[in-house]
Amino acid sequence: MVPPVYIAGLGAISAIGNNVAENVLSLQSGRSGIGKIEHLSTLHKEVFPVGEVKSANEELAERCGWTGTNSRSAMLAYIAAREALLDAGFDGGMPYRTGLVSATSVGGMDLTENFYPAFLENNLSGKLRNVVQHECGAVTERVAKALGITEFVTTISTACSSSANAIMLAARMIRHGLLDIAIAGGTDALSKFTLNGFNTLMILDHQLCQPFDQGRRGLNLGEGAGFVVLTSEKVADATRHKKYARLTGYCNANDAHHQTASSPEGIGSYTAMMGAMAMAGLAPGDIDYINLHGTGTQNNDASESTALHRIFGTAYPRMSSTKSFTGHTLAACGGIEAVYSVLSLERQCLFPGLRITTPVIEKPGVMVSAYTPDVALRNVLSNSFGFGGNCSSLIFSQA
Amino acid sequence: MDPLTGLKALSGNRFTCEEPDYMQLIEPKLIRRMSRIIRMGVATAMDALEQAGVKDPSAIITGTAYGCLEDTGIFLQRMVENKEEMLTPTAFIQSTHNTVGAQVALLLKCHSYNNTYVQRGHSFETALLDTMLLLGENPAASVLVGSADETTNQSFVLLERFGLFRHQASGEGACYFVAGVSPAAGSLAKMAGLKTIFQPGDHAVEKAVHSLLSQNGMKPADIHILLTGRTNEPSTATYYGMVEKTIFPLTPAGQFKSLCGEYPTASAFAFWLAAKILKQQSVPSIICPSFTGQLKNILIYNIDTAGYHSLMLLTAC
Repeated sequence: MVPPVYIAGLGAISAIGNNVAENVLSLQSGRSGIGKIEHLSTLHKEVFPVGEVKSANEELAERCGWTGTNSRSAMLAYIAAREALLDAGFDGGMPYRTGLVSATSVGGMDLTENFYPAFLENNLSGKLRNVVQHECGAVTERVAKALGITEFVTTISTACSSSANAIMLAARMIRHGLLDIAIAGGTDALSKFTLNGFNTLMILDHQLCQPFDQGRRGLNLGEGAGFVVLTSEKVADATRHKKYARLTGYCNANDAHHQTASSPEGIGSYTAMMGAMAMAGLAPGDIDYINLHGTGTQNNDASESTALHRIFGTAYPRMSSTKSFTGHTLAACGGIEAVYSVLSLERQCLFPGLRITTPVIEKPGVMVSAYTPDVALRNVLSNSFGFGGNCSSLIFSQA
Repeated sequence: MDPLTGLKALSGNRFTCEEPDYMQLIEPKLIRRMSRIIRMGVATAMDALEQAGVKDPSAIITGTAYGCLEDTGIFLQRMVENKEEMLTPTAFIQSTHNTVGAQVALLLKCHSYNNTYVQRGHSFETALLDTMLLLGENPAASVLVGSADETTNQSFVLLERFGLFRHQASGEGACYFVAGVSPAAGSLAKMAGLKTIFQPGDHAVEKAVHSLLSQNGMKPADIHILLTGRTNEPSTATYYGMVEKTIFPLTPAGQFKSLCGEYPTASAFAFWLAAKILKQQSVPSIICPSFTGQLKNILIYNIDTAGYHSLMLLTAC
């Protein structure tokens, strides 16, 4: 029997809120955060809606209490990770072995891309302080220093599954007895680099995205950070602090089909979901709700729904894609959606997916279209799939 | 040619990889589409798997500090020059940090666990740590673990501006290993222990060395070669000096960065070098001139310029 790992704290910042409470309010009231670009300086400002965090860098820096030049990814991460740590009742001077496992795909690209024009003109120009946090690991380093975490610090970068993998590594470190507490999740700021990159792939929606709708046109990019605090049973009992949920299952698998596209039969997503259920000792019928990867692209939603059909037949659990609120936050989505999944379980409610008119899964009642309180949830599955075929699923169960 | 006898100290301030004939390792029509770091990573992965006789590894774990710099630079440059218009997807697609690990999985059609660590000077070490966790969880697993980092013209200029290569040439490299719990006929070495320390406080390095030794029931005299990342960089001299002179005064110390240069995953090169030395039971004179005596345990101590220290203990099979 593997030792249990508990979720003891939550932190999130996204287009629908600067903290967990604000995120929940938006999810409950069906208020999407996707809209016109306000803060990112780009040619495509009027073209693509995005899920921006509604704060300029200066405001974020103030909230962090930071001076100097910092990547937006680092600031978002610190705000969410600090919230999670405080929520778990830890505020520095922790007597436990504590680790930070973060995830990012862009790192400090938001600064690097503004450094580049001057650098390309003349390799000796451009302010170096704008590339100090270019590396993904440098972003995490900044956050770890601010949180005072030294025991174990690492960063995972597996595209859009990154933060699910971070949560998974954190749980494994605790189970192996190497850490008592881990803050795990991920962060990604919007950048011109990713916006233009996804535009070349022609998978950005010019309108508000419609994940798991037959008429879907693509994804809206988002930004943010989501972190959970994981603890061993020993710490959870010793601190008598809130136990939101247990992380009972996880699996990382690879689709091995194409660098950016998912296989039509959903091999990677099927394997990840089945693996997570096997680890948790659960059958498909035990899953009560799924927070889908559901990006809104033709390819992802087709592949994911095929995998779901292979697993659940027509006995689907309820499901929704909260990316219809936040946009696709890339390396952060697994963390943000882990927070939503845990809250769903703890509050026994379902958060909706927005703008579905003709659902991909046509069976009535499967797609959650409105906030639904007072449901009985035992186990919640959260999916995160990414470029490079990286597919990961997490299962949270009642504490 | 035996890679150990071919070892030589390089000159200049930018060491670049000697690339193999990829045609022997990767399907020719695929090579063209791959960037340099992907070729280097995929080729070393395929080579390692072939040596180990493993076709479908239970996991593919990669460490890379910088990721795919060439494609990142290409996409950035075009984005700036074309003012965000008329861009093509290839460079963007291949710029994500998990591309090397993903390409290996794709070529092998391997659906197993796949992860990429990007923690600067601990990227390879964290990949190794994950490997040890996986082998603890599944003793039957064979894990493909490695690292890849490349230098580009742009990254070289930038890192040089940070003063990184004042005391040691820049380097790059890729390598993969196949790891399992049980030794096989061709096994190179045993990975006996790993410690990582970030910006150590007083005595943290000493404590880590002693703890690593005691976990393996060893005394300093049991280490037969100390392989260090020592360069002429003054900020790290105190640490190397302390480990070499205070903890291991009698152990011959050799330095590996004159062979591979300075880069965040250079410790993976040292890991390969130590494993080869233990397997072949011969020490290249460039590491330790006229080494004699027992050759069973090698300790690698590396400091990356950003303050990432690591200790890796390898023992002969």
